[in-house]
Amino acid sequence: MENKAVLEVKDLAISFRTFEGKVQAVRGVNFSLNKGETLAIVGESGSGKSVSTKAINQLLPKKNTLIERGEILFEGKDLLKISEKEMQAVRGNDIAMIFQDPMTSLNPTMQVGKQIAEPIIAHKGVSKEEAKEKALELMDLVGIRDPKESYKNYPHQFSGGMRQRVMIAIALACEPKILIADEPTTALDVTIQAQILDLMNKLKKELDTSIIFITHDLGVVAQMADRVAVMYAGQIVEVGTADEIFYNPMHPYTWGLLASMPTLEVGQTDLYTIPGSPPNLLHPPEGDAFAARNAYAMEIDFHQEPDLFKVSDTHYAKTWLLHPDAPDVQPPLEVQRRKEKYQSLFSGQGQFNRIGGEAIGSRG
Amino acid sequence: MKKYIIKRLLTAIPVLLMISIGAFVMMNLAPGDPTDLYVTPDATPLQVEATRRALGLDQPYPVQYIRWLTRALQGDLGINYATRYPVLPILVSRIGPTIVLMGATLVVSYLIAIPLGILSARKHGTWVDNLLTGGAFVGVSIPNFFLGLGLIYIFSVQLSWFPTGGMSQLGGESSFLSVIHHLVLPVTVLSAFYIANMTRYMRATMIEVYGENYIRTATAKGLAAEVILTRHGIRNALIPVITIIGTDLPRLVGGAIVTEQIFQWPGLGRLTIMAIQQREYPMLMAITMLSAVVVLLANLLVDIMYAVVDPRIKFD
Repeated sequence: MENKAVLEVKDLAISFRTFEGKVQAVRGVNFSLNKGETLAIVGESGSGKSVSTKAINQLLPKKNTLIERGEILFEGKDLLKISEKEMQAVRGNDIAMIFQDPMTSLNPTMQVGKQIAEPIIAHKGVSKEEAKEKALELMDLVGIRDPKESYKNYPHQFSGGMRQRVMIAIALACEPKILIADEPTTALDVTIQAQILDLMNKLKKELDTSIIFITHDLGVVAQMADRVAVMYAGQIVEVGTADEIFYNPMHPYTWGLLASMPTLEVGQTDLYTIPGSPPNLLHPPEGDAFAARNAYAMEIDFHQEPDLFKVSDTHYAKTWLLHPDAPDVQPPLEVQRRKEKYQSLFSGQGQFNRIGGEAIGSRG
Repeated sequence: MKKYIIKRLLTAIPVLLMISIGAFVMMNLAPGDPTDLYVTPDATPLQVEATRRALGLDQPYPVQYIRWLTRALQGDLGINYATRYPVLPILVSRIGPTIVLMGATLVVSYLIAIPLGILSARKHGTWVDNLLTGGAFVGVSIPNFFLGLGLIYIFSVQLSWFPTGGMSQLGGESSFLSVIHHLVLPVTVLSAFYIANMTRYMRATMIEVYGENYIRTATAKGLAAEVILTRHGIRNALIPVITIIGTDLPRLVGGAIVTEQIFQWPGLGRLTIMAIQQREYPMLMAITMLSAVVVLLANLLVDIMYAVVDPRIKFD
């Protein structure tokens, strides 16, 4: 697995200088991305998921961002150490991004076709005509009607979903090795969201691109991800394959996230919520950052940060509950049901298969 | 587009009428009477009355206004009380020098201020930015008369580099170079404000534009900083800047009253001061109407420029 990783983030820590002091937005994050896989990073607002991925493409404001430590290895080179000029050659070419808000992410005074052709001209050294040809192909690929006509249109003539398609076309323009999608469907309504997700899945298969998918919508995760990393307070608290995270979660925070997901199952009345709010990262708490909100918290959680415990070769969780000395606890009912479903599927077959998104009542 | 322009020009007619009525009313509400300036202190009431009648001031105000309006529409803007010359040729002879002065000022100002504003924004928070912002603050704050007199003292009186005033050498030929020579000081004085103002504005808009998501998109595409600046930054920053240019344009004919006075520039500014002091009603009406027309045209021009720069704006 290690050898096919296209991207490795090692012990990344990022702070922001603010008037009040240093906010430790990302506190030692490790993850890797394999070729052709979709890694979903989930977590609530402020958990550091956007910051860690913006750091990959170095899109964080230089003025107040402090990369405390860590490495971002892409094809063997540390992106944090290369020059701005070298970084420009990576951005949009090897690592492209799609953003949350398609309504404001396109230049309002430039024809959309030109905006798609721009990165091609910048990276591929082709003529304007060739770039236009390629842009028209891309527009067709992402499902924009009548590319020739639409090429000359301006963003305001497009709907939100169409603009996001344009953004995807821009991101795919140079056939990047990695596509970072930062909540690409959050601003879109549900039917458009489904279309965009389908499109991304289709393109991923066709172009064999690795995707980092940032979201707080677990329904979307179920539909997209091969692997899932759960972030809380600037750290990854649990990482595993999508099945492992959805059907055999180990971290109480992951339990909380899953339990608070609406399902279509009969009998569910109240939606579970995680009490409290995330810690202020200006002064991160001692011990486990989630302890104060954690019904399963133990004495040690308030004093010592948990180690990352191995559950399987692909599954790790950062909670003292996995320590051999920890008491046996029962996760919330909702999570227990998931585990049962998983075990029944798992025991029936020699190896477990990917369980489709619809099984968990996704919103996608 | 054509339709839109015609519509705008037609709606300008009632606006101009309202302005002319307003100007007329205010002029007549102001204390004093032009006749006071054209009769000797010992004139009899009868003589005063005769002068008033000769100037047409004995008529009721509505009659005076209608008379002015019908003549003005035929191109007759009345006469100058003091010299008995028609207003129109005087006005026309003064427009040229003012346009030269203000045109030079605005061109110089924009050419300097727009790059400075962009530089300031790109260096946001550094000493370059602080220096430019500080300089702009001084430029906006310093009064024209003070700067003008200061420059005259230093560069004309002490150093004799530039003339103290006027548009060309007395008795000499008014060559192009001579005009430029005379322009330097007044343009410097006037530019101080415009440069400062536009630099601040350009800086603010550029900083705003650079906070926009589409700049982040452009960066994520891997474009070079210069490409992002020219293709994505400046064009979007120019949209609000056009508004400022639009409000500056009318000053081409009326922007330099104080400076023209200081530098004895033979333009509309000095003519305006003279007309006010001597209660030259027809001249004042003519200058007011000229300003009004220019303001309306400038607004129209701004709207057309918006449509050129911003594809979101369309005329129907």
